[in-house]
Amino acid sequence: MSARKTILSQITASLKENSGTLTSQADRMTAAERRVNSHPRGVIPDLTTKSGSSTLSVFCEKAVAAQATIKKVKSYAKAGSAVQSFLRQHNLPQQIRTGSDPKNSKLVWDKNLAPQILVGPSDGNDLVCLSHALGAVAETGTLYLISGPSNPTTLNFLPENHVVIVAEKDIRKSYEGMWKTLRRKYGKGKLPRTVNMITGPSRSADIEQTLILGAHGPLKLHVIVVEE
Amino acid sequence: MEINSPQFKLNAKTALGDKQLQGALGHVRENFTGKRAKARAQLPQFDDLRQNARAIKDHVLEHLDVYLELYEQKVLESGGMVHWARDAQEARGIVLDICRKTNAKTVTKGKSMISEEIGLNEFLQDNDIEPIETDLGEYIIQLRGENPSHIIAPAVHLNMDQVREEFRKAHTHLPDNRPLNEPQSLLSEARGILREKFLAADIGITGANFLVAETGTSVIVTNEGNGDLTQTLPRVHVVLASIEKIVPTLEDMAQITRVLARSATGQEITVYTTLSTGPRRKLDVDGPEEYHVILLDNGRSKMLGNEFSQMLRCIRCGACLNHCPVYQAIGGHAYGWVYPGPMGAVLTPNLIGIDKAGHLPNASTFCGRCEAVCPMLIPLPKMMRSWREKEFERHLSPYSQRRGIALWAWMAKRPKIYRFVTSIAARCLSVIGGANKQINRLPMAGGWTAHRALPAPHGATFMALYNRQKGRR
Ligand code: SF4
Repeated sequence: MSARKTILSQITASLKENSGTLTSQADRMTAAERRVNSHPRGVIPDLTTKSGSSTLSVFCEKAVAAQATIKKVKSYAKAGSAVQSFLRQHNLPQQIRTGSDPKNSKLVWDKNLAPQILVGPSDGNDLVCLSHALGAVAETGTLYLISGPSNPTTLNFLPENHVVIVAEKDIRKSYEGMWKTLRRKYGKGKLPRTVNMITGPSRSADIEQTLILGAHGPLKLHVIVVEE
Repeated sequence: MEINSPQFKLNAKTALGDKQLQGALGHVRENFTGKRAKARAQLPQFDDLRQNARAIKDHVLEHLDVYLELYEQKVLESGGMVHWARDAQEARGIVLDICRKTNAKTVTKGKSMISEEIGLNEFLQDNDIEPIETDLGEYIIQLRGENPSHIIAPAVHLNMDQVREEFRKAHTHLPDNRPLNEPQSLLSEARGILREKFLAADIGITGANFLVAETGTSVIVTNEGNGDLTQTLPRVHVVLASIEKIVPTLEDMAQITRVLARSATGQEITVYTTLSTGPRRKLDVDGPEEYHVILLDNGRSKMLGNEFSQMLRCIRCGACLNHCPVYQAIGGHAYGWVYPGPMGAVLTPNLIGIDKAGHLPNASTFCGRCEAVCPMLIPLPKMMRSWREKEFERHLSPYSQRRGIALWAWMAKRPKIYRFVTSIAARCLSVIGGANKQINRLPMAGGWTAHRALPAPHGATFMALYNRQKGRR
C-alpha cells in the first residue's frame, strides 16, 4: 500500500475508534468543503487604540510599534520625493532597485537629482529596494506584498533598507479584509507563489534574548502611505 | 537524533548543577512569561480567540483525511508536488531523492522541528550533502553540534560568551582580533556569512506552521527573514510538515496566528508571515522553480485515535515550556530528545515510545500552568497523568515503587490493618521529626529528603483524632 493510502486509512480508522459513529467519507468531505467555501471569519479583535480607531491611524501606530518608520503623502507624485528624502536622511546613495510595477511611473523624482533606478530581482547587492504593497492591515501594522515581476520577492528580504509604498484606500482593518482582496484578485482558492505579510524590519532575539533589529532581512522598513 | 530521554534523571541533575545554564534559563523565566502576559492583557478577545482556535483545530482533526485530500489537490493545481511519508526514514528518503535529482551539494534550512524529529541534518551529511541552518539560534547550535533546547528559541541555553567563542572557532577567515562584544556584532557576522550560503544553496528546506487546505498554501512565521531567503533563492523549495498542520481557510489561519505569536514571544504578529503556494509562476522573476511538500505522519494518525489526540492541536508556541517550573529549572536538553517541556512530555512518548520516554511525564509538579497558558487549551497535565498510568500498567515503573504501591493497596482494602499500621507509622515519624516536627532524612526516600524536609505527623492519625473528638459533638 502506498504511504498516502496507509496514512489516510489509518486516520479514518483512528477517527472511527474515537467517535464510534463516524459519518461517511462523503458527508465529511461535504462538511470540509462547506467550511472552505464559506470561510467563516471567527473572532475579530477590537481595533480602538490610543490614537483613535480610524484604520489609518491604527495602522500607523501599529507599524511604528513594530519599529517601521512612516511617512504620509498626498499623492503618488509626492511619494517619489518621500523616497528620496529617506535616502538623504540615512546618507544612502540615490540608487534604488525596484520591480516593474506600473505605479512606479507615477512617482515624480526631485528635479536635478533623479535617483538611479534598477529594475528586476535583487542579487543581494542593493542597499535600497522599493516595493508597492497590495494592501495592508491596521490591526498589526502589517503590509501585504505579492510576488511577481511588479514586486519581486527578493526585494523584500535582501536589501538593508526596504521602502514600501501603500495606498491608504488599500489598508484594511483586519486580515480578513485582505483575504477578501486576494480572493477578488486571484480567484477563489488561488494565490500567487508568495504572499509576504511584513510587520516591521527583521530581528532576532536568539543571543541572550536581546532584541536586535536587522537579522537576515532589512534593517530598516520605511512605509510611505499615499492618502489619495 | 540520538535519544537521551531514558537518562532524564541524570540529565536533570547535571542541568541543575550547571551554573552557566542556570544563568541562561533566567531569561526564559522573566522575558517570555512577562511578554506573554502583557500581550494577553492588551487583547480583550484573547480567550475568545483561544476557544475558536481550539474549535478550528478540533474540526480539522475530525475531518483530517478529507482536508488532507483537499489540500493535496490544491498544491497539485498550483504546480507543486506532494510526498507522503509514513515515518522518519521515508521522509529522509524523499528529501535525499529530491537532492539527488537536483544534484544538490548544499541545502539551506529554515527552522523546522520536523527536521529535528526525522534527524535530517545528520542524514544529509552522511550522504555528502551539506545542511546549513540559517535561523541564528539554529546556526549557533549547529556549529556546536548540539540539539535545540527550546522549540522556538533553540539556543536559549547559551550566553553571549559561548556564542562569541564558537564564532571565533568557526569563522577563521575573519581577523582574530575583531571585537565581538555586542550581540549586534555577532548577529552582523552571522548575517554576512549566511548571506553567501543563501545565495549559493541548491535547495531550501523550511518547515510549516500551517497548511491551508483552501489554497494549497504552506505558511511560515519568522522574525529573522531567514526562512524567506531559504525558500526564495534556491532553485527548489522543500516544505517539511506533519499532517496535523492543516487549517481549512485563510481566515482560520488568521484566527490561530492571533494567539500564536502572543503566546510565543508576546508579539502581536511575527515580523514575517509568509504564504507559499506552488513554484514561481510563468512571469515571475524570482522564487523557486520547484515546490515540494513532504507530509509526515510518524505516529500521528495513530494518536488521532487515542487519549492523546488533543495533543495534535499543538501549534508549537512554546508557552508551556516557558511557564513550566521543571523546564525553567533544567532547560530543554535534559528531556533527551526533540520536544522538551510539558508538550514534549506528552508528545515524545507517543513518537518514540513510553519505554524510552517514561521519565518525561513524571517530570511535572502538576501545577497546571502549562494548561492555563496553552493557546490551544490542551489538557497537558491530564495527559501526563495518563502516561503515568500507562507506565504503571506496563510495569515500566521501578520495582520498589510498584511493590510499595501494591503493599499499600493491599492494606488499604483492610481497614483494621491499615489503621493499625498507620498509627504506628504516624507515631514513629513523629518521633523521628523531633521537636521541630521536620524530617530531614528517611531511609529509602533520600531523593525526596535531599532537597526538602518532610513535615512530620503530630503523633496520631486522622481516624484516631476523629474517634476521640466524635464524643465531644
Ligand atoms: S502544548 Fe500548547 S502551550 Fe505547549 S507548545 Fe503546544 S500549543 Fe503551545
